[in-house]
Amino acid sequence: MSSKVPEDLKYARSHEWVRVADDVATIGITDHAQHELTDVVFVELPEVGRKLKAGESCAVVESVKTASDIYTPVSGEVTAVNKAVVEQPALVNSDPYGQGWFFQVRVSQREEMDKLLTAAQYKNQIGG
Amino acid sequence: MLKRTPLYEAHVKLGGRMVEFGGWSMPVQYSSIVDEHLAVRRAAGVFDISHMGEVTASGPGAADYLNFVLTNDVKKLAVGQGQYSMMCNERGGTVDDLYVYRIGEQEYLLIINASRIIADVYWLRQKVAGWEVALENVSDVIGAIAVQGPRAVDFIDVPFSGEPKPSTLKKNQIATLAFDGKTTYVARTGYTGEDGFEVIAPAEIIEKVWTALLAAGHASCAQPAGLGARDTLRTEVCYPLYGHELDENTTPMEAGLGFFVALEKGDFIGREVLADQDVKGVKKKCIAFKMRDKAAPPRPGYPIWSSGADSVRIGQVVSGTQSPSLGVGIGIGYVPPESAAPGTVIGIEVRGKRWAAQIVKKPLYQKPKK
Repeated sequence: MSSKVPEDLKYARSHEWVRVADDVATIGITDHAQHELTDVVFVELPEVGRKLKAGESCAVVESVKTASDIYTPVSGEVTAVNKAVVEQPALVNSDPYGQGWFFQVRVSQREEMDKLLTAAQYKNQIGG
Repeated sequence: MLKRTPLYEAHVKLGGRMVEFGGWSMPVQYSSIVDEHLAVRRAAGVFDISHMGEVTASGPGAADYLNFVLTNDVKKLAVGQGQYSMMCNERGGTVDDLYVYRIGEQEYLLIINASRIIADVYWLRQKVAGWEVALENVSDVIGAIAVQGPRAVDFIDVPFSGEPKPSTLKKNQIATLAFDGKTTYVARTGYTGEDGFEVIAPAEIIEKVWTALLAAGHASCAQPAGLGARDTLRTEVCYPLYGHELDENTTPMEAGLGFFVALEKGDFIGREVLADQDVKGVKKKCIAFKMRDKAAPPRPGYPIWSSGADSVRIGQVVSGTQSPSLGVGIGIGYVPPESAAPGTVIGIEVRGKRWAAQIVKKPLYQKPKK
């Protein structure tokens, strides 16, 4: 069974995706990740205004079985979080690249984007 | 290397996600924990429990010996009956919790936890001197399958020949039947809070039994279910899992399992401590709780706090998950008896933040009455 890996996104090895528009990055977890977790029941997001460093653990996603850390793939200040996903954690399963996004940061170091995986590289990592 | 049950290949073929459990490679889920959990509550689930251990005790002294090492009274068992029991150390701490079946006049079958096989067999052998009993650890040559859920009774008879039909068994009864010409036991027991059966058969035929049960259950919407659902199902009905609710430093009295301690039967290992606790009470008590509102699900190891301005740490969570049946976080933990009354509001610490929960009467989930 193959997971969706949209071409227009960048990916972290730890299974987060990044979409950048102007200098704002939207971050969520991949279709592959939500499928591995199954049944997301709780999401904990960072505070708006928190300054994050790339690779920092800043959110938590819980399935029935376990809690998993989410790492920001890029550095910057959190500008928005997705309250809908806190209210309805199942959105992470049903629409991981859309309504299931986690948070947004104002990108402080654009060059970090170049270190992230392309769709092809991420597909290769997950063996899809 | 992790041990594999005789059904390992079958799990992989079914798309089971294999994880480590007590030294075994076991399927945590096939479709999803919630899906399999709800299938068991509504229809039926079929679980591989071949990792569990089996020990037989036979001989003229078997009953007396078992009554000395176990907390419950095996002399209450007629042939074809089973009971839940604890095995305790001299301090009253729990060596294991298990099921004991009387499968012959002088023959008993013990079903023990996978993670405790070595410890239990060592313990049982250590205590055997002076009793006219032969012990045999048959864990490696026996497989087992649990068929659980309200519709299990509709198809459990299909694969087996002999009498009595499993569907006619009462709770805790065990039938000696045949499958493929081999002796196979079917008991009306389980670990989910649903009606159901546990099938105990030689390892070399267990895959055939598995296939036959899934085929027989197909029309009843039975599906394979993994250890993830097994854990959420047992947590909802507050059945203990060794290593969580029970360990060598926790007594059955503290765990709320005094019902399975037959103090009146005469001497047995741990009796002194357990009798004392029965009269004087215990220092820690096993409680069940529900999270209030939308909270992070509780997990084993999370601290439990009292509520109010002078809040102090009073205990620890030993089991916890998001309840698929109730849609809220549920947990089991130990607190001092003065803080254990149902209705008491407590705080569960999750990653440094405290969430409100309320102690409730066990079980956490009860089947809706028809």
